[in-house]
Amino acid sequence: MSDLNAFITEETIDGESDGPLSGKSVAVKDNISTKGLRTTCGSAMLEDYVPPYDATVVERLKDAGGSIAGKANMDEFGMGTTTETSAYGPTKNPVDESRVPGGSSGGSAAAVAAGEADLALGSDTGGSIRCPAAFCGVVGIKPTYGLVSRYGLVAYANSLEQIGPIAPTVEEAAELLDVVAGPDAHDGTTRDEGADSDYAGAADGDVDGLTIGVPTELVDGADEGVVDAFWDAISELEAQGATYEEVSLPSVDHAVQAYYVIAMSEASSNLARFDGVRYGKSGGYEGNWNESFASAREEGFGAEVKRRVLLGTYALSAGYHDKYYAKAQDARAWIKQDFDEAFADVDVLASPTMPVPPFELGESLDDPLQMYLADANTVPVNLANLPAISVPAGETEGLPVGLQLIGPKFGEEQIIRAASAVEQ
Amino acid sequence: MTAQALEQRELASVIGLEVHVQLETATKIFCGCSTAAAEDEEPNTRTCPVCLGLPGALPVLNEGAVEAAVKIGKALNADIPEETTFHRKNYYYPDLPKNFQITQYDAPICQDGQLEVDIRDERRIINVRRAHLEEDPGSLQHKGGSIDTADYTLVNYNRAGTPLMEIVTEPDFRSPKEVRNFLAKLEEVLEYLGVFDSTRDGSLRVDANISMVPADDVADDGSISKETLDAANRTEVKNISSHKGAEKALAYEVTRQKNAIQRGRVIEQETRHWDESRGITVSMRSKEEEKDYRYFLEADLPPLQVSDWKQQIPIPELPDARRERFREEYGLDEESASKLTSTKEVADFYEDVAESFDPDLAATWVADNLLGELNYRDMEITDVSDRLDEFKHLVELVATDDITTKNAEEIVLRQMLDDGVDPDTVIEQEGLGKADDDEIVDFVEEAIEENPDAVEDYHSGESGALNFLVGQVMQKSRGSADPGTANQLLRERLDD
Repeated sequence: MSDLNAFITEETIDGESDGPLSGKSVAVKDNISTKGLRTTCGSAMLEDYVPPYDATVVERLKDAGGSIAGKANMDEFGMGTTTETSAYGPTKNPVDESRVPGGSSGGSAAAVAAGEADLALGSDTGGSIRCPAAFCGVVGIKPTYGLVSRYGLVAYANSLEQIGPIAPTVEEAAELLDVVAGPDAHDGTTRDEGADSDYAGAADGDVDGLTIGVPTELVDGADEGVVDAFWDAISELEAQGATYEEVSLPSVDHAVQAYYVIAMSEASSNLARFDGVRYGKSGGYEGNWNESFASAREEGFGAEVKRRVLLGTYALSAGYHDKYYAKAQDARAWIKQDFDEAFADVDVLASPTMPVPPFELGESLDDPLQMYLADANTVPVNLANLPAISVPAGETEGLPVGLQLIGPKFGEEQIIRAASAVEQ
Repeated sequence: MTAQALEQRELASVIGLEVHVQLETATKIFCGCSTAAAEDEEPNTRTCPVCLGLPGALPVLNEGAVEAAVKIGKALNADIPEETTFHRKNYYYPDLPKNFQITQYDAPICQDGQLEVDIRDERRIINVRRAHLEEDPGSLQHKGGSIDTADYTLVNYNRAGTPLMEIVTEPDFRSPKEVRNFLAKLEEVLEYLGVFDSTRDGSLRVDANISMVPADDVADDGSISKETLDAANRTEVKNISSHKGAEKALAYEVTRQKNAIQRGRVIEQETRHWDESRGITVSMRSKEEEKDYRYFLEADLPPLQVSDWKQQIPIPELPDARRERFREEYGLDEESASKLTSTKEVADFYEDVAESFDPDLAATWVADNLLGELNYRDMEITDVSDRLDEFKHLVELVATDDITTKNAEEIVLRQMLDDGVDPDTVIEQEGLGKADDDEIVDFVEEAIEENPDAVEDYHSGESGALNFLVGQVMQKSRGSADPGTANQLLRERLDD
């Protein structure tokens, strides 16, 4: 394969001979457990970790006839927007190899965009499917929280994340979603929705009468070229019979802060098990077991992971819990309420997926705050547990722009229908 | 309150408990692994991705554990909320697969309950602040020394994920003896509910908080003001695993604290480890700081609506109520009623026998004979659970006069327990079938013929003569004759 570095582990695993995904190869993000095939999460800590079980989505895609093309590169434990925090080196954007593919599911999106896999599975905690889909010019869906089983997805922030499809077209993404969606006895947060879905059938491009809300907060301040491409796409949808209106989601101004407090807090707990006893380089350290754990974590985690674990631990600590974690939860409730109110008037919400075109490689690594702010349009969706899709909508200076369509809870069909119209 | 002033005063002890009980469910609390340890099982074999805390594995709540918790809540007369939630308690310890424990925090499944306990002749109410569900960690084996000195430590996750109920009491205990009685009563209630097995190793684990306060600060009703409690430094005693152990550990700690205070020393607020083999509590080497567990909601387990469960899940009649009913319904005295309700299995067996035969006869046979002989052999009723039909048959044989009480007690019951045989086999082997009247008539004739002196004594009005002749008849029948029948037939024959 090319030198994009889209895969951490290249190995083909065949699925069943027959099924809706028959003949399709699927790149699986390397935080989704594959039985007998190492699952590193982009971390040196899990360099040698081979899961003894398949994630539910992996079982489902193999049962549907799909084959696994390999384990896709990613930001370490999903913590990044560029795939540069991977311990296995950055992935290059196939559209422009001097640029990042976005993240954290950068390997998944790059593999699909470059044709190294027909389809891919990513995971989206705060935009990690939609951002790389937008940057690489492909389609990515972040499903409603509870639509797709997380069993086997190595947790970064478990109240926020979902596994979802990345594909060259809306219909193919919807087909993969049909395969993986639906209740799972191994994940108590899944619901009955998605059991007998036909999301692919919703990709019919029929937006006649559709009402689109445009939250001004998610357009203001975006890069000029991105905004132009966005409005072109809205005009195109209008031409096909949709109408749009501007709406306001005042709470989303607090989304990035709330998101990072919650995600880091959860991460500090989810990553606690990586202490050198069963994962990572173990033994040979001086001191008692607390000191030994600290040494193993110092050695096994990268800088961004350490930053988030430390900040998350701080935000949950006595004396700071109410000031940070509790306030972030209040903001999250407010954001949910704002979305609920908006969906009383409109069918879908639209915004640029990313406020900027793809960064140059290395550009944002030294400035985590800039990287965090780039998530402004994607994180509100995770905080509100809603579904969203990123679909290619033109270019700016030769680089892809993504349009994000957000639906109400379990409104996957609406956003798939609208996105399929953007493609036409 | 300073130590100087305290040392002059008479002291009273104040104790509160955190009791961890393993719940009897078929599978672990968040996965399908068995909770039952196989004999000599290999370490880390009764495990799966969930209870090993493997990356990506998710907990799914075992409803059986919730049912058990609801039963406990009902038995403790506790409040069960509309909705209960799970939290993560974050701390690093090698027996904890995820380095956090899934437990309950601000919405526990039970709150504000109580348990009535008999302490000497007094009935006391012990208040239960809360009771919540959580997962058991794995277990550690320190090799080549203790926790501080071992060369290395092995981790076994077979136990990890066993459902636990943590029952937290108010500091309502005033003596180690009260703690022991409470724990015994709690075990009794839990076993009645069928949610607990006291014979399982490690099924009961107790942490006790204990402090000393001036005796005259304790009100007549036993209450103590918050100021007094806050002023007293307390120790937490860990590693207690039985009600007897609790009494011993706390008695030691009472003495230790009193001695220290009387010597003018301040009790250090610390965690102490009960060393059962040495019979002492020892300070944990590193003084524990105020722990910050960074509790937060476990998003992998959605909030659980339990308000309906309280109505839907029945609990059996509990020991206190059953004891009262036995006294009223069967006319039993206090002692028999207590013995017969000591465990649910004994009480169930008693009722079964009492309904078929005579309640008094049943009480004698179950409370005195059966439990007495079992106790003599260091056995429990659970050791003969599968043979209760045989014991019921033995009572039936006595009730229908097919065997004498004496033979039933002294020969049949004992051989049943010692040799594991059924009553009919013992009766046949020993020829204990009750003699019929024709046989007794023959023995009467023989006895009269062989003992002319006794016959003469009888006729001359000597009262002992008849008893002697009855004894002869009994001997000839090898105990199978009914003494009353022998007596009657002898008199009829002699008075002819």
